[in-house]
Amino acid sequence: MRVVAFICLAVLATMFGAGMIQVAAREIPLNERRPDSDFIGADTRAMQDDDTANPGMLAVLDGEALWKQKAGATGKSCADCHGDAAVSMRGVAARYPAFMPELGRPVDLQQRINISRTADQKSAALPFENKDLLALTAYVARQSRGMPIAVVDNAQSKPFIDAGRAIFEGRQGQLNIACAQCHDDNWGKRLAGNPVPQAQPTGYPIYRLEWQELGSLQRRLRDCMTAMRAEPYDYAAPELVDLEFYLMWRARGMKIDTPAVRP
Amino acid sequence: MIGRALIHVPPTAKRGEVIEIKTMVAHVMETGYRIGVTGKPIPRDIIDQFVCTYNGEVVFRAKLFPAIAANPFISFFTVATESGTIALSWTDQHGATRVQTAAIKVE
Amino acid sequence: MAEKIQKNRRSRREVLKSAGALAGGAALMRIALRPAAATPATMQEAVRDFVGEAPIKKGRVKIDVPPIVENGNSVPCTVSVDSPMTATDYVKAIHVFNEKNPQPHVISVTLGPRAGRANFSTRIRLADSQAVTAIAELSDGTFWSGDVDVIVTLAACIEETTH
Repeated sequence: MRVVAFICLAVLATMFGAGMIQVAAREIPLNERRPDSDFIGADTRAMQDDDTANPGMLAVLDGEALWKQKAGATGKSCADCHGDAAVSMRGVAARYPAFMPELGRPVDLQQRINISRTADQKSAALPFENKDLLALTAYVARQSRGMPIAVVDNAQSKPFIDAGRAIFEGRQGQLNIACAQCHDDNWGKRLAGNPVPQAQPTGYPIYRLEWQELGSLQRRLRDCMTAMRAEPYDYAAPELVDLEFYLMWRARGMKIDTPAVRP
Repeated sequence: MIGRALIHVPPTAKRGEVIEIKTMVAHVMETGYRIGVTGKPIPRDIIDQFVCTYNGEVVFRAKLFPAIAANPFISFFTVATESGTIALSWTDQHGATRVQTAAIKVE
Repeated sequence: MAEKIQKNRRSRREVLKSAGALAGGAALMRIALRPAAATPATMQEAVRDFVGEAPIKKGRVKIDVPPIVENGNSVPCTVSVDSPMTATDYVKAIHVFNEKNPQPHVISVTLGPRAGRANFSTRIRLADSQAVTAIAELSDGTFWSGDVDVIVTLAACIEETTH
């Protein structure tokens, strides 16, 4: 009798594991979406809201200096072509990732900055998570603070947003769980003592207390995949950009709050 | 390496008013206890001295230990005695110093 | 005060060295390689280094730390001492200690009547849930203390050092 019960349980576990029994993964209704800052402690939120205490602001200021620094074969700075970032970069971060017809696929903000550096400024591309690239990205994104996320959702971008959604909702890794199971189905509940946010990427690059430095959305996604015991995609992998694209589309209309502070 | 320093001093104050000074500096504050990818501890590298002078006179001093978080943030108070320069200096364990100044007008 | 701390340290190290030489170098090596965590006892030692034999009165010192901390890497901490901060009655120094980090010191602040207020804020690292203690030395030579218990939770998805 006990043997039969054990076999039943084993079969059930396998069916669950194989995804034959689905945990309902549904999109969060638009009006129920809340920024990740709603799920952090009051002190962390206070750190984010105070420009004199937000450690991310150090990187934003570094980015401002880099914006004005002449570089590359052209000997020009970003400012030489783009002028005052507060004017020219306003709204830009809210539109990324964006489809680039020349490449036939979307790029995120860090990639776009590198494209400008190599193609226009004729300076070297900066590697992902490089301090200078993050500082420039934070400075550019900061110019969109308070603006609603507005990534373009049309026939060209749809296949990539859908690919990102498939990654978000698909089970992966040794734990065989999907991002959606935590962030769509169980947001607001607690995991190991910490509240689970909806995973709305409104504040990237973020100053994460765990990292003790600024980092990109790609870094955060790789962290999470490692924690799910899945093999993380490499930096700049198309899968990561697709996932970023889906997440920004999922957060459409929510306000940018770069540089955010997170635990 | 001591990075950029942010300093917030009220530009004007009344004589005798107690003002708040806030400052933050980019520095990794490596404790010396973290194990690196090689399996060996990453050597300690911290800012260990912070001094605030007001027209050259020391009004606040702090000795920092590895228990101070990365990108150290300090806020403290001082009496606005006269117009002049408030200077904040950060010194690391190797003796390198970064100084940031702000002017204050006291009426 | 700082000199006094240095002298005590040296003599303790000398004692340890001679003990190690007797007990065998290998044992001492093992202790040196592993970062010794502070304990309530080491913290008391560090406090005594600063205070000497003087009595420490509880009160007048307040430490503000969030009761539950999301990440021990950066904990906002405000220390304030009840003092008029006049030329004749002021706080000379404030020392902050912890009991479970690898070493017991957090920050040592020197003040004077020009401070106007015996109050400063910073962000500290806490390796585990523990007590944080602040000792204030007043201009009249007395020592006062305050402490707070902090619970430190860790972020759920912690990155590994292979980044």
